[in-house]
This record gives sequence, structure tokens and C-alpha cells, in this order.
Amino acid sequence: MTSRAAPKLSVRNLWKIYGPNPRRIVSGAFRDMTHERRLEHVREARHFVAAADVSFDVHEGRIFVIMGLSGSGKSTVLRAVSRLDEPTCGQVFLDDTDLLTASPRALIEIRRRKMGMVFQSFGLLPHLDVMQNVAFPLKAQGLPRDRREARAREMIDLVGLKGRERSYPHQLSGGQQQRVGIARSLAVEPELWFLDEPFSALDPLIRAQMQDEFLRLQKQLHKTIVFVTHDFLEALKLADTICIMKDGEIVQIGAPAEIVLRPANAYVREFIGDVPLAHVLRAGDVMSPPRNDGRAHPSVPPEAILEDAIRLFGETTETVDVVGADGAVLGSLQPLQVIRSLHHDGPGPDR
Amino acid sequence: MTGFARRFRASCRSARPWLAVLGLSALLLAQRAAFPQIVGYPDAWTLPVAEAINRVMDGLVAQFQGVARAVSGGLNLAFSGVRALLIGSPWAVPVCLFCLIAWQGGGRRLALLTGALLLYILASGYWEPAMNTLALVLVALPLSILIGFGLGYLGFRSAHARRVILPMLDLMQTIPAFAYLIPILLLFGFGPVVGLIASVVFAVPPMVRNTILGFERIPPAVLESARMSGCSRPQQFAWAELPSALPQMLVGVNQTTMAALSMVIIAAIIGGFEDIGWAVLSAMRKAQFGQSLLSGAVIVVLAILLDRVTAAYAARQLPGASHAGLPLRRFAPVLAAALIAAFLAAQALPALRDWPAGLIHSPAQAINAATTGFVLAHGELMAALKNGVQFFLLLPVKLGFERAVVPFTWGITLTPGMKAAYWALAGLGCVLAFGRGRWKGGIAVLVVAGFLYFGATGLPWATVLLLTTLLAFQLGGIRLALLAGGAVVYLLVAGLWQQAMISVYLCSVAVFLCILLGGLIGIWAAASDTVSAIIRPINDMLQTLPQFVLLIPALMLFQVGDFTALLAIVAYAIVPMIRYTEHGLRSVPATLIDAGRACGCSAWQLFWQVRLPQSLPQILIGINQTVLYGLGMLVIAALVGTTGLGQAIYVALGEANAGAGLAAGLGMALIAMTADRLLQAVIRGRA
Repeated sequence: MTSRAAPKLSVRNLWKIYGPNPRRIVSGAFRDMTHERRLEHVREARHFVAAADVSFDVHEGRIFVIMGLSGSGKSTVLRAVSRLDEPTCGQVFLDDTDLLTASPRALIEIRRRKMGMVFQSFGLLPHLDVMQNVAFPLKAQGLPRDRREARAREMIDLVGLKGRERSYPHQLSGGQQQRVGIARSLAVEPELWFLDEPFSALDPLIRAQMQDEFLRLQKQLHKTIVFVTHDFLEALKLADTICIMKDGEIVQIGAPAEIVLRPANAYVREFIGDVPLAHVLRAGDVMSPPRNDGRAHPSVPPEAILEDAIRLFGETTETVDVVGADGAVLGSLQPLQVIRSLHHDGPGPDR
Repeated sequence: MTGFARRFRASCRSARPWLAVLGLSALLLAQRAAFPQIVGYPDAWTLPVAEAINRVMDGLVAQFQGVARAVSGGLNLAFSGVRALLIGSPWAVPVCLFCLIAWQGGGRRLALLTGALLLYILASGYWEPAMNTLALVLVALPLSILIGFGLGYLGFRSAHARRVILPMLDLMQTIPAFAYLIPILLLFGFGPVVGLIASVVFAVPPMVRNTILGFERIPPAVLESARMSGCSRPQQFAWAELPSALPQMLVGVNQTTMAALSMVIIAAIIGGFEDIGWAVLSAMRKAQFGQSLLSGAVIVVLAILLDRVTAAYAARQLPGASHAGLPLRRFAPVLAAALIAAFLAAQALPALRDWPAGLIHSPAQAINAATTGFVLAHGELMAALKNGVQFFLLLPVKLGFERAVVPFTWGITLTPGMKAAYWALAGLGCVLAFGRGRWKGGIAVLVVAGFLYFGATGLPWATVLLLTTLLAFQLGGIRLALLAGGAVVYLLVAGLWQQAMISVYLCSVAVFLCILLGGLIGIWAAASDTVSAIIRPINDMLQTLPQFVLLIPALMLFQVGDFTALLAIVAYAIVPMIRYTEHGLRSVPATLIDAGRACGCSAWQLFWQVRLPQSLPQILIGINQTVLYGLGMLVIAALVGTTGLGQAIYVALGEANAGAGLAAGLGMALIAMTADRLLQAVIRGRA
């Protein structure tokens, strides 16, 4: 992972244990045990681990996607980080403040100014119209009506709901309701943007549309994002960094291409089985060193997906150059090595 | 035959405790001539429950009378204020007030309906008693709502509190209202305030339940989004929780209003106040059926009015409501202006102040004459109907075939040969059922045969105790057995056995008829949309009517007695049976019916093998409700001269004997709760 600057959000050794008395479990000798011994210890005490020793960093302006199946602990982590559920132990730093030790009053203040959250089931207040829903966090801040409505109007325009300000949630489609949810979460100009399976309740077509919309928004806004999903393709499409979880533990953290090309274990590899790799991998992910055979080659930018690069191979073309924005040749693609990288179970280019 | 023998033996093994109890009962019955205490529980073995309650009550009265009288004074003041507004001012003012409130809640059509209903009350000549009743409801209502909301919210927030509150609600709703009129009477003194307080007590439970439900049903994401928006605890409550729970709470307000009205009417029985309930009762006592019917109609009008207006306010909160009304800060001045205008208009036009006597129309005499004429013309037919039900249904259940079948009733005498044949038939039925492996069916045949032969009042008390406890144990384990056995023991030691069995008899006949007729009507309504559309408003009406209005037509046609009470109970308790049967049958998934059809089921098979089993859980809930409704109505029906626990309560009320009234009321509540829990256990076993 790159470590240019200090991370915006840093989660350290986060545990969430359910049971009659989770606090007692993590006190005392727990600190000195090995990881396996700790898990065993919790199980012996008839408690249940929802998140085990989770640590990760999210840098400013990046999209961090937590991916896992139901019961993997992905939502648990998000809910613990936002303190909707109190984690059992660990630390969550937003810049330099530890969120987990913040007083209730301080936490309310942080939520009012610095956090926005989007929920899978939208969580819109049924008795308020679109305008009032979007303005709701600003009302909690205590902003006067005209200012909060002006700000809410901006957000409504941003998510493309202009003209529906006076509609009530039940009059909107699922996609529109989630747009309201997104507008509301952005109303306070949060530094941290949490999205908990925001598109899972939507139809596939709408979902794809909302994903594009989400990427467009992020290009404009540069929020620091934690995004939870159970959809591996969605994770690949949206993430700067993916974190795969299973049984409360992190299985692998990495950029989408890293995960696809170098799955940490069989569990991760199974996800990749369903993925049309030619759509996901980019030229820059699989290229080999530049090949200078004196002939002119067709060229692609490094962020081009392989599907587009493959089209350039022809009867006589056996090399495609990968050329950066400044015109420098960064590397090259050869048919055999492209085929290898597209073969799911085959060895990656480095092996 | 070997299969038969094997299954028979297995059945005998499973049914061993039942056979033991039945054998013991046979022994007891054989000896009952020598020992009368086998059937009639001996007085010497009773405990002075009523006296004990009276002593506690005396202590309470001495302790709290001062506070109670102060409360009563405060309530009286509020009540007088509302009453002055409704009766003291020209009639145009309250009419205008209610029409505007109706408009605000439900728009023009509701306002017109309200106006029309109020004009009907004015024209009927019962304006003043009706407004007295309304004033009582309007004072009781805010109290019930506040208390109900407080308890409900407490119950929502704290599981501990809920464990105390929910059983309390059960008790408040199952103890017959007459019973707690007495302690209220002793504490708060005579007067309209007694009815007011009783109706507050009676009307609180639906508000509590709906408040809990409303808060529980808030989607978690709504609460979480409020938290993530940075709401403080009070902000979250006021801006997210309360508005989200409001629609359900307004449903509670609707039910609470109807409960308050029905209790205010029932409380008229203590008398001394000119409200509409008293108008009905006194007319009924004087056998003025026309008057009682007309004043009963006014109660119906009030019920419709309160129901529609509160229901409109509840509906207005739902998503998609068409009518929003004015914002409160604009509605209030409009209302004030309209009221002042109405008042001034009434000063100029005396007809708006006092309803002109010439416009009062009372067809009481005509109704009386018509009733008399009808009874004279069809007397024979009606007497035949009444006697038929009485001789062939009521008496056998009450006294058993052995005492009911006499020449006067059935025209025959029960010979020893017939008795032997009866028991042989019952025994054969049981053996056949055992042989097919249906031991429960076999036991049921024996129990029903014994019940019909000896009658509810002829069974040894030990048999009832053991059978009830055994049934409860097998259905719901030791806790249910303790409740059921405890209830029977209480009825025995409190000296209420005889009355209790009479109540059980009347109620079981009524429930039987309700299940039969209600089930058939429900099946019919499920099959035909036309029937369903006709039945629905009738059901609505039967259910919103204050209970004792139902007594009037039955009383008009059939005079006092068990048969009249039976009709009234059936009319009231049949509603849930019809509703749940229809709903259950209609909600069978279409795929199941298609699957049945595809398997080649005939319509008959489809009904018995697909629809009925699928809808059985719903139907069982309907039966449960029917039993509770029946027991509730039983006490009201005591007014038309039934005996049993209802009458015991009624008599205690007349003597202001709190102990006797509460003891009998508690007995009634225990019967209701036992029946409820037993049926719940059956439903759980099926689910």
C-alpha cells in the first residue's frame, strides 16, 4: 500500500464480540494471546465474534470497499466505526481523534459535522418530504430554515432530483429514494462518507446507473469513503482499495487488480471465478516491460480495460504498447501473457 | 384386525391419564346420590374471598378517599366545563365545532356526515343526554391517551416495565367493567365521575398496545439515520421516533375512543345521571322498547361519529392520504372565528339556540305498536323458535340429557334402554377412534358425551378440575396447568362454582353457535365478493356498537331469559369468527390452490384438504377472539336476566358490595384468561 500522507481514517485492532459479557472476555490475558488462541477463548466463553482484530487505513479522497457475504462482519465493522454499535475494543482514528473514546456529546458533534451515512433500506423519514429529509441533518445542527433549505436544494440538484422537492418518500421509486438518502448524507459536507450496501435493494439496471452516478459524484467531491457491499463486481467497479472479509476477519486487502491477479487464498479465488476478467483488468495491471523490436505497435493507455486492448491484436500484430499520458511507453502486452492473465486458475504474470 | 388391535392398545397407552380421570369421574357420578358434595361444592370448604377484598377495600378507601375525592373534584370541574360548552351554548356552536374538526380530519364528506348525524340527534330529541355522554368521553379521552402513551412508551423502552404492564392490560380488559365500577364507586363517590374514571381505566389498554407497536415498528434504519444525522436524544425522540410511531398511535386513539364510549354507556348502569346510556336503560326497564331503540340509535350515531372522525385523523397520517387539512396555526383561528360566528348567529336566530320543538320527531309509539303487532302476529312462530332452542340446545347443555329430556320438553321419557344405548354408542365411537389411532378423538367423544348427558351444572367439580388441568398440561406444560387448575380452584374456594358453571354453559352454547354460523358465513363470504361486501358493514356495525344496544332488539322480540341473552352474545361474538374465517380462506396462497387443482382435487377436496388446513391458524385466532367476546358480552347480558357470574357482579353492583363484585369479576377474568391461553397453546401447536 502507498503511504503518501497520514491516513484520514485509521482502524486499529477492532473487535466486536456478542454475548452476555463481551467486555470481560477482552480484558486481562486476552491482550497477550495469539490470534488463534483469542478466537478459541471467545468461543469457549460461548460468545460470538462478529469482527476480529480488524485494522485498515483509508486515505483522503479514496474509496475503500469492504466486501463480504452475509455474516462476514462487513456491516459490523462499518457500524462499529460509525459507533452505531459500540465495538468491544480497538481504536478508530479520524485524523487524530479516537472516535471510540469520544464522549456522547462530542460524538453527536462529529456526526453533525464530519460524517454522512447511506443505508441499504434508505432510512428516510416517512413523514417528511424530500426537501425536509435532505435538510434533516442540518436541522439537527441548528441551522436556520432558509440556509438549510438552500443547502438541501443544492444537494437535491446534485443527485438529479430537481422538481421532486415536495414529494414524500412513498411517492418515489427505490432509486429515487436512495438518491434522497445520498443527498441527505452529503448535506453536511462530511469528511467521511459511509455507505452500507446502498444499492443492494435496487434493480440491476438502476444499480448500474447509481454506481456510475456515485463515481461521477466522487470525482466532483473527493470524499473519504467506506463502502460496504456483498457484490464483488460492484467492489471491483468502485473501489480504490478492496477489503475482503470472512467470518469477522479480513482475508485480503488490496487494489482490485491485486486481488484479481493475486488472490490470497482459495476463498478469494472463488469470487474471481465469476468475474469477466477482460472487463476488470486494465492494461497497466498485466503489462510486461516495453518491447522494442523496431516496429510500430498499436498503443493503449494503462487504464484501458483488456477487452479493448485485445481488439488491437491482429494477423500481424503481436505487441501492443502501453503508453502513458505523457507519451512515454510504459510497457507492452503480448497475446500469450494476456491469455494467461485471463485464465482464472492459472499462475499470475509474476509467478 | 391386528392393526386395529395394535393401534387400539397404543391409543389406550397414550390416553392413560385421561382414562384414569374419566374412570374416577364415573365412580364419583355413581356415588353422587349418596354424597351431594360431589357435584355441588360444599360451602364449608370455601374461603371468605369477598370479605377479604372488602377489608382491603375499606382500608384503601380510608387511606385514599381524600385524594380520590380531590381527583374526582378536578374531573368534575373539567367535565362541567366541557358540558357547559356542549349543552350550555346554542346547539349551533357544538355542531359547528364538530363539523370543522371533522373537516380538518377527513374533508368535506366527513364534515357533511358529521353535520347530518348531529342533526339527527337533535331531531331525535336526545340532544342533551347525548351531549352529556359525549362530554364524558371527551374528558376521559385525553386522560386515557396520556396515560396510555406514557405506559406504552415505558413498556417500549424497558423490558422490565413491559413484563408488568402487559399482564396488567390483560386483566384490565378481561375483568368485566361492572366489577371495577364498584371500587371506583366507593373511592370516588356517586356521580358521572365514576363512569369517567371507569372508562379511562377501560380505554387505556388499546392505547398502550398501539403505542408499543408503533414504536417497535419504526424501521431501524430510520432511527440510525437520525443518529447519524447527529440528533441528540430529545431531537431523535421528537423528530424521528414520535412522528414515525404516530400513525399507529392514532389507530390506538381510535380504539381508545370507542372503548371509552362503550364504557361510559355501560357505566350508566349505576344511574343518577342523565346520559344516553341511562336513557336506554331506564326505557328498557320500563319495557318501552320504542324509546330504548331510539335512544340506542343515538348511541349508534355517536359511535359512528367518533369512529369515523378518529379513523380519519389516523388515515390522514398514512402515506398517500388525500386530505391534509389546514396547518394547526391556521386552523385554530378559523375554528375560533367560526364558533364566534355561530354563537352570534344564534343570538339573532333563536332557532339556532334551542332546537325548535316542532322539529323533534319521535316514532317511539309507532315502534311500540309495530313491535306489539309483530309479536302478536308471529307469536307462535317465535315462541316455537325460542322453545326449540331452549329445549333442545340450552337445557341439555345446562342440565344434561338426564334432566332435560322429560315429557314436557322433548315429549319422551329417558328409559334405561335409551340411556344404555346412548352410552353404548359413545363407547363404540371411542373404541373405533382408538382403533384408528386417534386417541384424542376418542377421548373427545367420551368427554362430550358425558358433558351432554350430565350437563354443565351436573358435572362433579373434581372432574372439571382434573380435566381442565390435564388438558392445560398436555397443551402448554406445567405453567399453563397451574393457571388453569388455579382458576378452577379459585372458582371453587371463592364459592362461585355454581354461577361459574352456568356462565360456562351459556357461553359455550353461544360460542358453539358462533363457530357454526360464523364459520359458514365466513366461508360463504370468502367464496362470494357480493356476500363479503354485504357482510363487512354489518360486522363493522356490530363491533362498533356499544354492547348493550345489541340487547334491545333481542329483548323486544323475546323478553327476558337465557334465549335473549344467547342472541345478544351471538350477535356480538360472531363477528371475529366471520372475519377471521373469511380472511383465512381468502389469504390461502394462489399457488397452493393451483397446485391442488393440478393434482386433480375436486372443489370439495380442495376445500377440505387445501383451503381449510391452510387457513386453520387464522380460524383458530377467530375462535379465540369469539370466546373472549362471548365472555365479555355475558356480563352485559346479565341485564336481561341470566343467572351466573354476570348476575353475581350485577347484584353486587346494586349493593355496592366491592368484595362480592370483584371476586366474581376476577372469576370471570380467570375463565377468560384460561380459555385464551388454552386456545393460544392450540394455535402455537398448529403453527
